[in-house]
Amino acid sequence: MTAYKKITHKDIEFLKKICGSDRVIYGSDIHEDFSHDELAGIRRYPDVVVEVKSRDEVSAIMKYAWENNIPVTPRGQGTGLVGAAVPVKGGILLSLVRMNSILELDEDNLTLTVEPGVLLMEISKYVEAHDLFYPPDPGEKSATIGGNINTNAGGMRAVKYGVTRDFIRGLEVVLPNGNVVQMGGKIVKDSSGYSLKDLIIGSEGTLGIVTKAILRLLPLPKVAISLLVPFPTLEMAIETVPKIIKSKNIPTAIEYMERRVILNAEDYLGKKFPDATSDAYILLTFDGNTREDVEKKYENVAHICLDAGAIDVFISDTQERQESIWSARGAFLEAIKSSTTEMDECDVVVPRKNVATFIRFTREIEKDLDIRIASFGHAGDGNLHVYLLKDEMDDETYKRKLKAAFDRLYAKGEELGGHVSGEHGIGYAKREYLKATAGDDYMQLLRNIKNAFDPKNILNPDKICCD
Amino acid sequence: MNILVCIKQVPGTSDVEVDEKTGVLKREGIDSKINPYDLYALETALKIREEKGGKITVLSMGPPQAAQVIRESYMMGADEGALLTDRKFAGADVLATAYTLSQGIRKLGKFDLIICGKMTTDGDTAQVGPEIAEYLDVPHVSNVRKILSITDKLITVEMDMPETVEIQEVLFPCLITVEKGIYTPRLPSFKLKLKTLNKDVPYITFKDLKDQDVYHYGLNGSPTQVLKVFPPPKNQVSEIWNDKGVVLGKRLADKLKELKFIRE
Repeated sequence: MTAYKKITHKDIEFLKKICGSDRVIYGSDIHEDFSHDELAGIRRYPDVVVEVKSRDEVSAIMKYAWENNIPVTPRGQGTGLVGAAVPVKGGILLSLVRMNSILELDEDNLTLTVEPGVLLMEISKYVEAHDLFYPPDPGEKSATIGGNINTNAGGMRAVKYGVTRDFIRGLEVVLPNGNVVQMGGKIVKDSSGYSLKDLIIGSEGTLGIVTKAILRLLPLPKVAISLLVPFPTLEMAIETVPKIIKSKNIPTAIEYMERRVILNAEDYLGKKFPDATSDAYILLTFDGNTREDVEKKYENVAHICLDAGAIDVFISDTQERQESIWSARGAFLEAIKSSTTEMDECDVVVPRKNVATFIRFTREIEKDLDIRIASFGHAGDGNLHVYLLKDEMDDETYKRKLKAAFDRLYAKGEELGGHVSGEHGIGYAKREYLKATAGDDYMQLLRNIKNAFDPKNILNPDKICCD
Repeated sequence: MNILVCIKQVPGTSDVEVDEKTGVLKREGIDSKINPYDLYALETALKIREEKGGKITVLSMGPPQAAQVIRESYMMGADEGALLTDRKFAGADVLATAYTLSQGIRKLGKFDLIICGKMTTDGDTAQVGPEIAEYLDVPHVSNVRKILSITDKLITVEMDMPETVEIQEVLFPCLITVEKGIYTPRLPSFKLKLKTLNKDVPYITFKDLKDQDVYHYGLNGSPTQVLKVFPPPKNQVSEIWNDKGVVLGKRLADKLKELKFIRE
């Protein structure tokens, strides 16, 4: 493979000609934010940041980069956790946040067409005002929909509704050579050849650049009630989850949380949680169209919880009550982050039945390696967010313990029938673990797919696969 | 400690509609809830009971379906409750409401401490609490944002005034109205729901009250003449400052001080 071309004055001039000089930032004017994401340890500045405003700009830039062999890394809000948006080979960082228009609400087809830079919170606000519902609900509401599509983000309502992939009807994608392809559309069914749309979803910006997305909407459920269920121990809490799932009363969300994480969130937000007297909680949400309907659903589950040893079942049925719980839940990641000096995460997903086993295993590691581990996550869909905290360790000890902990966690995840990432992606940081668990044939297929889209390897190189 | 908490049932959302002809709030099909400020009042009572022991009675006034808010108070831990309900109470303004509640309180017995929320989210007057205290002839402190201490004789509280914070000592019996945020209200308990499923919500009607003059209650007892009821425009006040550097920093710091987020 030939070496990438270094960015020169001439390249900058070209980019300025396409986008105007105020949307092309280079050299020491590049803000530090563009050199990293929210978590992954990796840092690297791009040579130039371009804030694109249209598909045609993206296409012209990709064509130029293709012809000149310049690496390009697409980026949304930079809220990723595995370094997927970090330009590890330098070159052009393509920021899509200014492509942030909601283009069309089609109430006949129940779709919303958006540009990639629209924020998740803007989407929910917009569609809910029309009594419609975009169910994927990741904790980070300031992420872009483009980023969500590229990681196939899941979020808290996955138990009942599924993940981002289940709510994307169509995509407009600029290929690495600058050509534009439409994938899917406002159609419910599609058996027309390989589903390229589904390959782009979760591709972490390595196959093409999403410049437009058609989202699938549902009617907005009118009533949502949450139950906050305290348990004496985390094990008891998590062991209750399969019983709930088995009961066929499917909640929209089943989250678990530990007291120590709740206390972190109280400190971080300066607000008290409605109850923090028990060691562990599960948080369930039910939705429906009438209060009676939702109450009937939750009462069955409330009894299951009490029979399984829950201390009580608290009911959150008004906007203020929901706010007091979910604002804390939404702040968990930031709260844990602010409780330590540095941290890294494991976003493993295991079959739901094995969640308790995996959590017990994290406790063992915490003891064996003497490293503080905080966790919370989606007990209902088996996707756990396990955080390894540096606290007062020196860099070398931290690195060593991190490696030892990750090796064991991912191996355990695989042993339990799980995968490396449930929703945060592989990016740069988790490539080794994907390689170690996916097998050679699988990895070769991934590389072949990358090669089919991007034979010059200029689009977000060195992500997902490593040699 | 014998504590009484006054609560009100309000619409579950701020997106309410008013019937253009009658000027009356359209309540049909709208979910209702306990006035959010009253949850702080009830939580304050529960916290005091945890520390000092005693009994909590909850009183509301409204149509029979308002019994739901008393049930919900049972689910949060209230010991007893009662609902003032009678057609003769209908159409009451703040003064008649406060008077009716004070008559209801007299009927229920003697209380060391009466706690109200600062105001309701549907009326927004913040007058009913203090007016109850006047009718009962007990001292009152409004806008209480913190309970500092409680002895057998008195309660010491922090009162949040627009420009200052005042510390007040008040002898029992007395009435306080509490601010949002004094404590985080607990959530209703499913266990208590099961336990209090058959617990009675006693009604107090006109004939149960000592003052039998119908002209003191409801529309008859209300000096307020309502000309028109309409939902207020949505409150979306925002300011944009275009200052820079030190000037902007100082302005921001001054604003934060004014809002009492930081101190000098």
